[in-house]
Amino acid sequence: MLGRRQRLTGFLGGAFSLVAIGIFVGVAILALLHYGGEGGLTVLFSDPLLLSVLRFTLLQAALSTALSVILAIPVARSLARQTRFLGRMWVIRLMAVPMGLPVLIGALGLIGIWGRQGLINDGLLLLGKAEPVSIYGLGGILLAHVFFNLPLAARLMLAGLERLPSEYWLMSATLGMKSGAIFRFIEWPALRSLIPGIAGLVFMLCATSFTLVLILGGGPAATTLEVAIYQALRFDFDPERAVSLAFLQIAVTALILVAMALFPAPAEHGKTLGRPPRRFDGLGLKARLSDGTALVAAVLFLTLPLGAVVVAGLRADLLKLLTEEAFLRAAATSLAIALGSALSALLLALATIHAQTVISLLRRPSLTMKGISLLLSGVSSLVLLVPTIVLATGWFMALRSMGDIASFAPAVVVGINALMALPFVMRVLAPALATHRAATGRLVFSLGIAGFSKLRLIDWPLLKKPLLTALSFAMALSLGDLGAVALFGSEKITTLPWLIYNRMGQYRTNDADGLALILGLICLLLTLAGTTGAQSRKDDVENAGPV
Amino acid sequence: MISVLSGCTHLGVAAIAVLSSVPALAADKTLTIYTYESFISEWGPGPKVKEAFEKTCECQVDFVGVADGVALLTRLKLEGDASKADLVLGLDTNLVAEAKQTGFFDVHGVDTSAVKVPGGFSDDTFIPYDYGHFAVVYDTQALKTPPKSMKELVEGDPSQKIVIEDPRTSTPGLGLLLWVKSIYGDEAPAAWQKLKGRILTVTPGWSEAYGLFTKGEVPMVLSYTTSPAYHMVAEETERYQAAAFSEGHYIQIEVAGLLKNAPEKDLARKFLKFMLSPGFQNTIPTNNWMMPAAPTSEPLPEAFGKLVSPSKTFLMSPEEVAANRKAWIDEWLAAMTLK
Repeated sequence: MLGRRQRLTGFLGGAFSLVAIGIFVGVAILALLHYGGEGGLTVLFSDPLLLSVLRFTLLQAALSTALSVILAIPVARSLARQTRFLGRMWVIRLMAVPMGLPVLIGALGLIGIWGRQGLINDGLLLLGKAEPVSIYGLGGILLAHVFFNLPLAARLMLAGLERLPSEYWLMSATLGMKSGAIFRFIEWPALRSLIPGIAGLVFMLCATSFTLVLILGGGPAATTLEVAIYQALRFDFDPERAVSLAFLQIAVTALILVAMALFPAPAEHGKTLGRPPRRFDGLGLKARLSDGTALVAAVLFLTLPLGAVVVAGLRADLLKLLTEEAFLRAAATSLAIALGSALSALLLALATIHAQTVISLLRRPSLTMKGISLLLSGVSSLVLLVPTIVLATGWFMALRSMGDIASFAPAVVVGINALMALPFVMRVLAPALATHRAATGRLVFSLGIAGFSKLRLIDWPLLKKPLLTALSFAMALSLGDLGAVALFGSEKITTLPWLIYNRMGQYRTNDADGLALILGLICLLLTLAGTTGAQSRKDDVENAGPV
Repeated sequence: MISVLSGCTHLGVAAIAVLSSVPALAADKTLTIYTYESFISEWGPGPKVKEAFEKTCECQVDFVGVADGVALLTRLKLEGDASKADLVLGLDTNLVAEAKQTGFFDVHGVDTSAVKVPGGFSDDTFIPYDYGHFAVVYDTQALKTPPKSMKELVEGDPSQKIVIEDPRTSTPGLGLLLWVKSIYGDEAPAAWQKLKGRILTVTPGWSEAYGLFTKGEVPMVLSYTTSPAYHMVAEETERYQAAAFSEGHYIQIEVAGLLKNAPEKDLARKFLKFMLSPGFQNTIPTNNWMMPAAPTSEPLPEAFGKLVSPSKTFLMSPEEVAANRKAWIDEWLAAMTLK
């Protein structure tokens, strides 16, 4: 069923992705290796603390991942099942806010609730419990990682559940299936195919977590590899050691990712009439009660710390902040970088997915083709493992002979943020595109529609929603990022998180709180763009004609 | 939704235009100064310093800001000989030896007799422009009896917590490490092990630590003797105070230096001289919240009279710090991770 042209564009797209990502990461690492000279691994393994650092990194990441993913299941399921309660859309939108929040601000919000002077301990004190709950140590790290990653996992799972054909729900209702059976036969199989990917993503985010681990870890006993890399580059300026540490991190986490990849591949996507899903299993009282409990718990868990951010932010002079030139510049810079990196990530993801699809459809794919496909899926995730500071420093080294580095800074930051967003974008788009192809592929082929008209009539109306979701995901992620800018930062490129840290460094915590609130609201606004598509989905389907 | 997106695009286009615009040259000569970000922010000394110096030099001052002193040195190492900088402003004495090792800096040749810093730091390459003593800053509403010495801090009530910074990632963290080392010497690991019980958490940098402190999460934080001045002057509150330690305090002296390859060397020397004049020094107390290193033309604000004035100042030589930093950090790590 593959035309010659499709095959060609597929290969070209795949090659483009591989080359683009390869060059971007490769140049940075080569530049650092070149500067660092040789020697390398012996330095690394003579470090007596390395083993305990590695152990702690993996332990906290594994626990954080397990908790985030397991707790996300009931949340996603409740959201999928209760399709029409008041404010549902807002709960989903809210879930994108932690992603965009600078880590420090999120941590302060969490501490406002769970900290020594926080709501929880105040409540416990009222109940006569004297010993405060401490969020410093492994517990705090886990709590914070769940706060930042559960919403992400839940949103990705929800997207998976919403892709299930509406015929399933009709059928299950006709058969009188109970909630347990529905979970076992419909929902779990869909989730099971998503979980390894989601878990891998969350695991990588937790493994490279740095500020959170340091703030909430309590002391150097809780140290991750990322700290060691940061120290090697920033304090000691020892690129060789930094690159060795980065390779170690890549190697170890790659092993874990390979293990996850061994899980069964996603099931075939069934054909569907494309009706918007309407679920009948969430109507009963029992289902509504249990879903309600899960949702209220999740919303409280998310909103209380965000509420602390809002309360702190409202104490600032927001109007003055909003009209400051520094803010306007930072906001414009942040949005430009976010948009640029999100679009780049989208482009890379689409090319990668298309190439993988083409290869999977080949009747007899050669070993090389299979290799390329594997490489593509690896490369688009592995970039999360190369710490941003390594990428930024490497590019700095590579560009320094080219004159004014500051003028290249925006491009490099966009590139780094695009790479950071790529795995998320892939998680959103890959299943959606697969479903879309299963639903429309034969039809498109038989009608002979191709090129722009296919794009306009078939692809855009149906893919609008996942594309916008991916875009808003990627933009939120990039908006909250501090890492890449921190090295290149100069008066020419100041982003919002950078401005927030800057104000804190000048004793102006009040301003920083206000700016954090504004940044949170911008993230919320962005997800408006990413989720409004859902409401007009019915129209989209009708517009798409007789699909 | 579309309007939000198109709005973003407009902003994006605007930002790209802002990013790529090159500042027009107002004068024929440009002095490029690398410094830390907070120096040149709206409330920092930067804007005032720029204005004052440009009046005297028929030139334009261009600041390039990075995160902090450490990032400044890294940036120089990254750029190597290709650096466009004339001056670097914002290293501290602990970084001086390492900075000299790069070979990028030149002897300043400026008369520094006006400089008065405790501990009497003087150097042929780097000129001090301000200083501050590290101190435990406490919240008077949460802590009635602050520690009066390092010994009391180390051995005091473990339920009264303190937040400190990580010496691996920040200069205040390194400052505390050197402070404890100065007082305890070889006994430092034992002191850290005792202090460990009082430490709520260790943050990557000063901002995170001070944020936890002002949010009321912890009654004590490692900061500077000058921190209370900010709260007294800008917020008109005496709630936050520094604890005076009987053993004495470790000092952080901020310095500036001239680059060998500076395109405008004469201008840079002129700026170094200007740094020690009131035109520069007047901006330090209430913009950088540090103590001026040379005379100001006006007396310091009243609040500065209420600050802790350390009875003794600790300062290790840059060479000693450079030679021992790694070993001492390892020692700290071992003591802090020990069960």
